[in-house]
Amino acid sequence: MTAQLPALIPLPLLALSILAPVAGMWRQGIAFWLAVATIAFSTAMSAWALAHVIAHGPMSYEFGGWEPPLGIEYVVDHVAAFVSLIVMVVALAVVVATRRMAEQEMQGRQGLYYSLVLLLLAGLTGIVVTADLFNLFVFLEISSLAGYALVFHGGRKGMLAGYRYLILGTLGGAFYLLGVAFLYFETGTLNMAHTLAILSASEATAPVSAGAVFIFIGLGLKMALVPLHLWLPDAYTFAPSSVNTLIAPIMTKVGAYAMLRMFLSVFPEGYLIDEVPIGQALIVLGAIGVLVGAVVAFRQQDIRRLLAYSSISQLGFIAIGIGLATPLGFVAALLHIMNHALMKGTLFLAVMAIRLQTGVSEVPALAGLGRHLPVTAAAFTVGAIAMVGVPPTVGFFSKWYLSIAAVEQDLWVILAVVLVSSLLSAAYLFRVLERAYFAPPPAAPDGPHDQPEGEARRTRLPLLGATWEPRVDVLLPLVLLAAATIVLGVLNVVVVRHVLEPGT
Amino acid sequence: MIESSPLPALAIAVPLLGAALIAALGSKPNLRECVSVALALATLGLVASMLPGTTDGRVASTTLLELSPGINIALRADPAGMLFATLASFLWVPTAVYSIGYMRGLEEEKQTRFFAAFALSVGATLGVALAANLLTFVLFYELLTLFTYPLVIHRESDEAVRAGRKYLLYTLGGGLALIGGTAWLALLGIDTTFSEAGVLGSLAGRDGTVWALFVLLTVGVVVKAAVMPLHSWLPAAMVAPTPVSALLHAVAVVKAGVFGVVRVLIFVFGVDLLRDTGAWQVLAIGAAATVVLASLLALRHDNLKRRLAYSTVSHLSYIVLGVALLGPLALTGALLHLVGHGVTKITLFFCAGAIHVRTHRENVSELDGIGKQMPVTMAAFALASLSMAGIPPFVLFASKWYLGAGAVDASATPFLFVYIVSGVLSAGYLFPIVARAFWQSSPSFTWSGWPGEASLKMVVPLAVTGLLALIWGLVPNLPFSFLSLASQVADRAGGGA
Repeated sequence: MTAQLPALIPLPLLALSILAPVAGMWRQGIAFWLAVATIAFSTAMSAWALAHVIAHGPMSYEFGGWEPPLGIEYVVDHVAAFVSLIVMVVALAVVVATRRMAEQEMQGRQGLYYSLVLLLLAGLTGIVVTADLFNLFVFLEISSLAGYALVFHGGRKGMLAGYRYLILGTLGGAFYLLGVAFLYFETGTLNMAHTLAILSASEATAPVSAGAVFIFIGLGLKMALVPLHLWLPDAYTFAPSSVNTLIAPIMTKVGAYAMLRMFLSVFPEGYLIDEVPIGQALIVLGAIGVLVGAVVAFRQQDIRRLLAYSSISQLGFIAIGIGLATPLGFVAALLHIMNHALMKGTLFLAVMAIRLQTGVSEVPALAGLGRHLPVTAAAFTVGAIAMVGVPPTVGFFSKWYLSIAAVEQDLWVILAVVLVSSLLSAAYLFRVLERAYFAPPPAAPDGPHDQPEGEARRTRLPLLGATWEPRVDVLLPLVLLAAATIVLGVLNVVVVRHVLEPGT
Repeated sequence: MIESSPLPALAIAVPLLGAALIAALGSKPNLRECVSVALALATLGLVASMLPGTTDGRVASTTLLELSPGINIALRADPAGMLFATLASFLWVPTAVYSIGYMRGLEEEKQTRFFAAFALSVGATLGVALAANLLTFVLFYELLTLFTYPLVIHRESDEAVRAGRKYLLYTLGGGLALIGGTAWLALLGIDTTFSEAGVLGSLAGRDGTVWALFVLLTVGVVVKAAVMPLHSWLPAAMVAPTPVSALLHAVAVVKAGVFGVVRVLIFVFGVDLLRDTGAWQVLAIGAAATVVLASLLALRHDNLKRRLAYSTVSHLSYIVLGVALLGPLALTGALLHLVGHGVTKITLFFCAGAIHVRTHRENVSELDGIGKQMPVTMAAFALASLSMAGIPPFVLFASKWYLGAGAVDASATPFLFVYIVSGVLSAGYLFPIVARAFWQSSPSFTWSGWPGEASLKMVVPLAVTGLLALIWGLVPNLPFSFLSLASQVADRAGGGA
């Protein structure tokens, strides 16, 4: 079975995405269990693949035995196994935890919902394992289409946000496809390894460079690189809570992974710096995104929107790491992909839990959160601290590697950006934490408290039911994700040494 | 000689893990407070048990897991670290007892969070003290910022929240500079395990790099040491409950900053390198200016805690200046001042807190005649004031003597006058309080028997620390051999035997 491992990660997801709605028509509840079982299976396959790659090196699988360049090849190397495992683990935690939220939000459409979730994950893992440029486009579109459809569930505003996402996302896909076409004209192959070999052997040509630019724009849109990020804030804010919790931690990360793949396995080393200044563009745009995202995040009232802008900021870090195009930069980018997936998963899951229990997600309305939902608030705090990059969370170490990588290239401005942005993230996140923990408690109706005014008047958390903390099926994934940001931070050297360094 | 031992890790783990126990006992205040004091005693016991080894030259050390390729979390009980660790863990004991009296006396809310954060802060402080390399130091230094934040904004008033923001902005900002510098050193491939000779010898001659590193690393530690113009978070943080001010000002945060200056200047850059580049002069002049300016500002403040805060700013820069002078005498004086100021200033804050609990007065001008009602408290205040002014035979006289001698020794006599002038100023902002307390009469304060004082839980700790300010001036080695540790560090600094 080991030989088929690369295919065994995305394909079950794809197959079950068709089966789930059928089963859902019979019994609504079944769809959830089918989805969880499938995701768990793919997670296990990813873990196995990672273990296998660490022990025996990269493995590849040719569909139907057709050898490339004729057939489609899937390759699982260190990086692919690593990213795929992160995506699947976060997805598993999120899907388990958002079950009840999805029941509320997707009444009567759960079969469809889980079908789309599986389709999305099939697309994302497909992007990760494929070694074929056109096949990557297919998976990119699969995941995007599932993404649009999921965002559409968010009511009127969700429709609008989803529509915008669809237009821009399709544009991104088109640019990517155009770029791949240019490459194909030049090289006559769609297989990544063959493309790399042919490009390495030949001089740089205008079509290849133009193709690189188109690919860069297309993937830049998918990874929400400033200024191609416009679809993201609305999509994250107005999508149903169960959906943005799933999309936010993993979707843009896979876009970033695809970008990284271009640097690692498609274009010859140095091509995207010396021949086309794409690395430089990534660094500059990434740095701008880091700062602008953080500043805009500070001004948001809705936490989901705040976290959306913070995603744009954090993706800037990944872009910088990729753009540096050095082994250290790649390590920093990959570590930050893991970091961001874990902490954004934690944060969005905490927000989902808050919405599930109280129905609010506005920053001013969070007073008393620390008292009434202590575990949720604690998990949110851990995620926030990881985002600020306080040691020993994994957030500190990704910034640490990025700082070293920047200094190595004498890019002092980038070092300053990394450092300043930590302060900016602290500013917008502690604004939330202050509110959650330290804001004056809402005035009791008959209490002797001085009547707070203005903003403080709206501070009471609406109370739904007697128990404030969500049930264990929400809390456990949340706590595990939060704990992972610390544990993996402490163990970062293990990850870097065994997975990231051999992979880059 | 370095011996592998779990003791340094245990000393840090006890308060850090104990905090969870405190948090779990939130519904049983008596048990919770017992645990808090027991933790303080246990931590002190662990730290003290490493002392004999350290003074004999057998340094206990623990190496934990790898934090970044080639850099481990490593802890080591070297003389400098032990000096700070012993001071912090020792002063935690009276503070823990005092806090109980203070928090209950004022019926403060959220006491569980307070005691848990307190234990975490002490744990992080010990981590700062015992860190064996720069990255481990940074790790605990950042954690300290985080753990003390809930203490600063304990009151949860608008003012407290604003102070908390300022505190975070300054200390996290400083921490980032420190991280930047540390990352750079990692890239240069320099092993930053603290060494008495410094570790940057290979950079000799590369002045630009040395200067840039100096700025990054020094800014990082100097923020917490509240050297002007990076000091303003400290007076703002006075809004916290008094035991926190005592912890922040005598034990944890500011001393971690000052201790960081020692680590960065002596153990990372090394005496020789700094002397060659002349980088020390910038820091020395900045610190000297802070000493005088902060003393002058202290004179102008009527709010007692604010006055004490500016006094702290001034005295911290004594230490920074002493380290920056790079001589063995000045360094001995600086380390002794770190200890002496700790015990002296904690007394002053304890007194201010006792007065606040008992009379709810916070301004110096309202304290006329208070000595009649609270004689023990004000006597301790008087002892501490004498020490602050550097009157013999108090502990801060001894340290100032070394500092002054060190200034002359380093051929930097102008700095001697800084010490003298600010000694006079210290007397100027503290003695009037004592004088008014005892010799002015006011109808509002009369001796009405013991209830006039705050509870014993507060009076005993402040009397003990007040007396220690005198006793350590007479026998500085009792019982923690502070002077021996300080001179050990000073003698070996620069790589000498």
